[in-house]
Amino acid sequence: MKKNKESSWYAVLFDRKIRHMNSKSSSNKWVNYVLLLATLISVFTTVGIIVILVTDSIHFFAEVSIIDFLTGLKWNPLIEPNKSYGVLPLVGGTMMITLGSALIAIPVGLGSAIYLTEYSSRRFRKIIKPIMEILAGVPTVVYGYFALTFITPKILKPIFPEIQTFNALSASIAVGIMILPMVISLSEDALNSVPDSIRQGAYAMGSTRFEVASRVMVPSALSGIISSFILAISRAIGETMIVAIAAGMRPQLTANFLKPVQTMTGYIVQVSLGDTPVGSLEYYTIFAVGLLLFLMTLALNIISHWILMKYREVYH
Amino acid sequence: MSNLYQKRKLTDKIFKGVFLVFIILALVVLAALIFDIFSKGFVMMDLDFFTRFDSRFPEKAGIKAGLFGTLYVIGLMIPITFITGTATAIYLEEYAPKNKLTNLIKLNIANLAGIPSIIYGMLGLGVFVRTLGLGRSVLAGSLTLSLLVLPVVIVSAQEALRSVPKSLRNASYGLGANHWQTVYKVVLPSALPSIMTGFILAISRAIGETAPLIMMGALTFVMFTPQGIMDSFTVMPIQIFNWTSLPKSEYELVAASGSVLLLLILFALNGLATFIRYKFSRD
Repeated sequence: MKKNKESSWYAVLFDRKIRHMNSKSSSNKWVNYVLLLATLISVFTTVGIIVILVTDSIHFFAEVSIIDFLTGLKWNPLIEPNKSYGVLPLVGGTMMITLGSALIAIPVGLGSAIYLTEYSSRRFRKIIKPIMEILAGVPTVVYGYFALTFITPKILKPIFPEIQTFNALSASIAVGIMILPMVISLSEDALNSVPDSIRQGAYAMGSTRFEVASRVMVPSALSGIISSFILAISRAIGETMIVAIAAGMRPQLTANFLKPVQTMTGYIVQVSLGDTPVGSLEYYTIFAVGLLLFLMTLALNIISHWILMKYREVYH
Repeated sequence: MSNLYQKRKLTDKIFKGVFLVFIILALVVLAALIFDIFSKGFVMMDLDFFTRFDSRFPEKAGIKAGLFGTLYVIGLMIPITFITGTATAIYLEEYAPKNKLTNLIKLNIANLAGIPSIIYGMLGLGVFVRTLGLGRSVLAGSLTLSLLVLPVVIVSAQEALRSVPKSLRNASYGLGANHWQTVYKVVLPSALPSIMTGFILAISRAIGETAPLIMMGALTFVMFTPQGIMDSFTVMPIQIFNWTSLPKSEYELVAASGSVLLLLILFALNGLATFIRYKFSRD
């Protein structure tokens, strides 16, 4: 242990020496600047997103108050008369899809991850991994098509005869399938990062595999598991094509999964496909909705990162 | 005592069964998806499907415009993304001073990976289409997709660079190479297979992306192939999306044909990435 520490200390010193030598050489300086320039692109991306969303939203909020936007119960910005700009129906639609998909992906994802790390043979894992990668690589437009032409008519219609062609349930299921590989692989990484000695210790106490998984492994990896859930939820909130194809285009506050809903992303797609004139209030609505969407996913990403940093168990 | 033991054993068995059912469920869904799309996809697909433009009649609709649009957009995107992504990763791993600012940049990149793709479409619309005046062109589409996948490319390239053993670097320094020579001639070639694996997966994600390109104004019904990077375009997933939204039921089969082509391309890329990883894996 001590020896390890010493050698890493030398490495740090060596690294610093190299970096110092480089800062003195002029050709290396040029390399440094060129590479830095490339790195700044990602910084400008973030700045660009914020500037575009905020400046275009300002045009919208000049005419509609933020309070009305955030608390209004009716979203009808496109069709005269009685236009209204309450975003809650869109937020409600997004929440339904997110909740529905999380109810599918979280238990199935965590259960699968536990099976792969605690129960399955090496060979089984080797077969499953590439299949999960295929599932992760299916484009969302194909999932949307699958929801509309298979999940709704072939699976859901026989169970719920009153279900409509466009509905929140089929979209939720498809989004749940889409985020499943992400939940599995991130939860699996979290479970694998728990040292084997802890697992062996629990087995030595006479625990069954389920007890090891549920009382030792999952609690030890909890921060990584929860952060994977939050990232998956954030992905579900931003998912666009599945909901645009399968969930419908009717912004309404409902808790009925058999009816069509419209999500924030679905609305943005609807407007950008239509012929809304650039510069009109209708046009700026998508930036206000986009800004809200951006802030929601940003908050979730930050929370996920924070949980990972704050509650991470560090093993030596 | 033995009663309790049996109960615990039973719980273990039940949960093992439940977890296994979960995995099998995921496999069944994937099988159903592939079977459904392939069984519908070959009904109306013939060779002309690849050489015809879109049409108001489902039996005459083809994917030529989307296929060429995707080739142009992705073809232009590949060098842009590879160069900037790898350069950023090299900077962060090999050159950047270890301070708070660098950490902030890394945090920013992690965060960019979590932003919904449709927001990137708004960025592309605002910056490339309107501000830089590129219009709804292939170039604007490529740049938008580039920004979208850059975070993924950077993070995977960083991991690849980090996995190069320290001994290789030290050997290079020992021979008198300077920092850039070491990075360019030793570290980068050694990390290249892993960088390529991550890069190919990012490209396959970009090929399937629909929302950002719709958002930045790519067309849905196109009767021409782009001739240059400033031409307007459509891509395969947008054509598929358009077909799913048309009322005539035959378009359902056309959309499946398009999906088959898209899936085959993505599976091929996925296989290529797995092959590279397998072939060059260091053990």
